[in-house]
Amino acid sequence: MSKRIPFVLAGILGLLIASTGFAGSKALRGTVKVDGSSTVFPITEAVAEEFGKVREHRRVRVTVGVSGTGGGFKKFLAGETDINDASRPIKQKEIDKARKNGVQYIELPVAYDGLSVVVNKKNTWVDYLTVAELHKIWKPGSTIKTWKDIRSNWPDQKIQLYGPGTDSGTFDYFTEVINGKSQVSRSDFTKSEDDNVLVKGVAGDKGSLGYFGFAYYVENKDKLKVVPIKQGNKKPVAPTMTTINNGSYAPLSRPIFIYVNLKSAKKPEVREFIRFYLKNAKELAKEVGYVPLLDQDYQKYLDKFETDFLKLAQR
Amino acid sequence: MKRTQRKRKEQLFIWICRAATWSAIAILLTLLFHVMREGIEWLDLQFLDSFPSRKPERAGIKSALWGSVWLIGLTAMISIPLSIASALYLEEYAPKNRWTRIIEINLANLAAMPSILYGLLGLAIFVRYFDLESSLWSGSLTLSLLVLPVVVIAAKGSIRSVPLSIREGAYALGARRWQVVFYQVLPSALPGIMTGIILALSRAMGETAPLIMVGALSYIAFLPEGPSDPFTALPVQIYNWASRPQDEFHGLAAGGIIVLLILLLTLNAGAVFIREKLQRYKS
Repeated sequence: MSKRIPFVLAGILGLLIASTGFAGSKALRGTVKVDGSSTVFPITEAVAEEFGKVREHRRVRVTVGVSGTGGGFKKFLAGETDINDASRPIKQKEIDKARKNGVQYIELPVAYDGLSVVVNKKNTWVDYLTVAELHKIWKPGSTIKTWKDIRSNWPDQKIQLYGPGTDSGTFDYFTEVINGKSQVSRSDFTKSEDDNVLVKGVAGDKGSLGYFGFAYYVENKDKLKVVPIKQGNKKPVAPTMTTINNGSYAPLSRPIFIYVNLKSAKKPEVREFIRFYLKNAKELAKEVGYVPLLDQDYQKYLDKFETDFLKLAQR
Repeated sequence: MKRTQRKRKEQLFIWICRAATWSAIAILLTLLFHVMREGIEWLDLQFLDSFPSRKPERAGIKSALWGSVWLIGLTAMISIPLSIASALYLEEYAPKNRWTRIIEINLANLAAMPSILYGLLGLAIFVRYFDLESSLWSGSLTLSLLVLPVVVIAAKGSIRSVPLSIREGAYALGARRWQVVFYQVLPSALPGIMTGIILALSRAMGETAPLIMVGALSYIAFLPEGPSDPFTALPVQIYNWASRPQDEFHGLAAGGIIVLLILLLTLNAGAVFIREKLQRYKS
């Protein structure tokens, strides 16, 4: 029995050599490390899945983690990841950190998300909310306790608020747009990092009001009522694929991004992954419930990536 | 008169205890029923043998399942020798002074620490300081830290319960100390130690928070080939699916929970089996 071991070893060695030989020169290899926002995750997951199906990519290992936008940036700026999923633009503090660590990066929008303001199905009185009213409800120290406090002809029903946790990029964006400063908000509302909890909360409580990503509203249309948002003198607009895409659902529609490390983009497998991402994001984003950018935008960002960024990389 | 009153009191007490037991079981059964109803339709070979996917009908737990198996295997390899050795030292060799008392109090405190703190520790020490990155090494070392205090305490108890007469008998026959420890104390204590280990490992298997801290991934479409590879684990995958908007993914999460439950029950059954078998061998 022990005499056979050398043969077995030789066989394994042979197979190894053969497999590397047959892979050909075109096959990419290496690892693409992505981390960051849970909002962007479904799109990146879809891209990674399709990317892995291409024959030339089957030796590239794509890993996607979910540490939240901020947690992901920490790793990204320490050079631990190649790409960061972000549901908000990079903050000044993070830009400073990047400069300090010598990390150069590029920001690439990949889709839109429309923050949806929702109320209970049984709420018959809300026809729309203005941005000013939202501010009145959500500003720090807000005294709004009932729906009557918002508009005097609305019923004296207690208002119950639901929103994402303070670590979430959705919270950052909503507070920035509605309250003028990121992270500034009244704090006496039900928070959860899990949007499904918010959906359940709003669906089970007649006087409730909450906000979260568009995909969660679309999946729960039968349980929730979405509130059209009125900005300035414009007509109230409800979030749909079209209104988010053409920008008329303002100001609560936001782009979501991937950030790519310059050093990482020198690796051919990362470069190829980014190209694949921007070429397929339109279809895949739609499939997982997000609103794609315009065709020419994807082309624009692809060009930006190819020219500016790679020029920088060669320096 | 007084007797009937006492009897009535006793009856009442028995009924309270009975109600407590049954309500616990009822809650467990409700949970199980709920999970089964949602998840059972997703359970098939394809589910066990596919990588995660954006399409629920194509998605599976292959990477998570194997990640968990790797994690628990490595954790067992690291924590079993360490914990048995420390328990033996503390019970059989260490002098009973202030230092060992402090160590023992700390063990008890560590066993009660929230698991996310172990995650933070693992992130600072294994991922960053030792530069192991978010690998199976980091994950299993962190889980080892998590189970060590629990296992050491269980092993200590089981070593302590070895009757003095066995040691004295061995000494009387001229055995040295290490002979007593290795040939008498350890075999007698082993069933209890193994039970402690397996129960602690099943707890580690269900942990999510420390693994997320050390960087367990959410999407990974290859299996780990060694302990330095990145990984995901069943609880992380379940958590990910449970927080998705689509109902189908919640079904997948329930399916994952069923698989995790089956694994845990198998481990626990293994613990019972080992205990029974070793005890019979002993007598």
